[in-house]
Amino acid sequence: MTLAHIVAKSLRQHAFSTVVTAASIALATGLLMAVWAVKTQANQTFTGVSGGFDAVLGARSAKLQLVLNAIFHLEESPGNLAWRDFEEIQRNPSVALALPIAVGDNYHGYRLIGTTTNLFTEVEPQPKRKFAFTSGRAFNAGYAEAVLGSFAAQRLGLKVGDKFHPYHGLLFDEKQQHAETYVVTGILAPSNTPADRVIWIPLEGLQNMKGHSAQTASEISAVLVKLRSPIAGKQLDTLYNKQGNRLTFAWPIAQAIAQLFDKIAWFDRVLALVAWLVALVASASILASLYNSMNERRREIAILRALGAHRSTLFGAVVLESAAIASLGAIAGFLVYGAIATGAAAIIRAQVGVVLDPWAWNPVLVWAPVGIIASGAAAGIVPALKAYRTDVAENLVPHS
Amino acid sequence: MPLLEITDLRKSFITPDGATHTVVDVPTFALGEHEQIALSGESGSGKTTFLHLIAGILRPDAGRVTLAGREMSALPESERDRLRATHIGYIFQTFNLLQGYTCLENVLLGMKFGRGVDHAFAISLLKRVGLADKLNHSPRQLSTGQQQRVAVARALANRPQLVLADEPTGNLDHANARESLALIRETCRENSAALLLVSHDREVLAQFEQVRDLKQLNRAAAQ
Repeated sequence: MTLAHIVAKSLRQHAFSTVVTAASIALATGLLMAVWAVKTQANQTFTGVSGGFDAVLGARSAKLQLVLNAIFHLEESPGNLAWRDFEEIQRNPSVALALPIAVGDNYHGYRLIGTTTNLFTEVEPQPKRKFAFTSGRAFNAGYAEAVLGSFAAQRLGLKVGDKFHPYHGLLFDEKQQHAETYVVTGILAPSNTPADRVIWIPLEGLQNMKGHSAQTASEISAVLVKLRSPIAGKQLDTLYNKQGNRLTFAWPIAQAIAQLFDKIAWFDRVLALVAWLVALVASASILASLYNSMNERRREIAILRALGAHRSTLFGAVVLESAAIASLGAIAGFLVYGAIATGAAAIIRAQVGVVLDPWAWNPVLVWAPVGIIASGAAAGIVPALKAYRTDVAENLVPHS
Repeated sequence: MPLLEITDLRKSFITPDGATHTVVDVPTFALGEHEQIALSGESGSGKTTFLHLIAGILRPDAGRVTLAGREMSALPESERDRLRATHIGYIFQTFNLLQGYTCLENVLLGMKFGRGVDHAFAISLLKRVGLADKLNHSPRQLSTGQQQRVAVARALANRPQLVLADEPTGNLDHANARESLALIRETCRENSAALLLVSHDREVLAQFEQVRDLKQLNRAAAQ
């Protein structure tokens, strides 16, 4: 018979309020951890996504829009650039690889991106890892052939040998179907990058798709650039962004994405504030639940005191009970966290192609539960004082 | 030297209309080791307050309560708690068992704050009061008489030198009351504990060799 035993008994006796209060704590803990972990991991992962490139060259625009369009395959293209712009940067001795891309069509919402076969032979979407095929082969330049990213293939249910008609525009509209028929020649292995959500076709295919303007045939949407050295980035930045006024050279890619996170930092703060408020309300619910139960427990407290329990022992028991409820909630909070973070990771993967690991180490997975337990224990102080002050003689038996 | 010695013990309460109401005013009282005394008193004679003062649950306004050579009334609350837990067993009229605990746990809880948990002794006490097959029963699963027996076992859990019993048969029928009283007296003797029992029941009082009238003992009750 220990103090912990007495606390466990009390929790069992008040099982309903224990479960309800612990559930609210679990929600608060899970929400707090999920907001924090997804925020920090998304920040790290997104700024780490480069698709194997150092920079993007595109039409004059904001760097962020250019990177979102060319690397993350989001947003509208800011405009086109001429083929000679691609040739010019390709010839630059400080450029290791220049890959032209053209966007403008989709298949059931998944973007078709025209490019060259260099994508499959030269590009490393993850460090030291080139694109690999789970089935089939790369497309042949000039043919109506397509290679699907793993996520796109899985969602569209396409396999090697299947045929499809692309749709005009970046958003799916069944009235905008192109007449051309493409055949799937390969499915890529997951690269855990936005490339997994893309249908790759030969550059000429997209440029010459029926219904596109004649000018499109000699234009591209952007050039993905791999540099030989970081110094080259500085030089090209000066050349295109400061000396020129027709094109934008987005370098380094991570810096452009960091701008995005800076812009939505207020949203992070609001989410974190909401999570803290939920945690505060949950702690207050422990306080209210225990405080109210003290009235019905006055006699029990008086009996324990009559048996020799010190006031301080009962004070400690109530604080321990409060901490125990918070601990149960904090433990269950990992289930809530798992559900929210896994859901958020699935949504982010579906929308952007970036893979987050909900169970990757993050300090919030320690400090949030510890903080919640500490605030839960603190919330027990007020009801514990009520227990401390309980008058034994008055609550034990009526005066005779 | 008596086990319990009381001198000029006074306790008053403030009534809702602000007046001072003296409930206990006992000039002297003593109880020897192993002695068994019954105090007779009607309702309102200050029986419970008197026992609470002896147990250290209440602090007197004046006077001394000396138990086993220690002046309980002069001790700080935490030490009074400790002395009560280790030296006094208390049997309440309403038993005051904790409903969320089993019979065995109720007895063990009595030990927790006293001389320490002793499973074997707790079980032997419950066997002695005839509840060997009810160890894991909750009090609400027991009859009133059986609950009383658990209360007796709990009162003896810390091998106290003194057992205080406040109308212990008040909630029992005649047959159970007689049986219960005999059990309390026997177990106190077996455990070398003195017994101070208060009751207004003449049948109960008639079982004791020493009966003191609280009206004579307590000047406040006599008024």
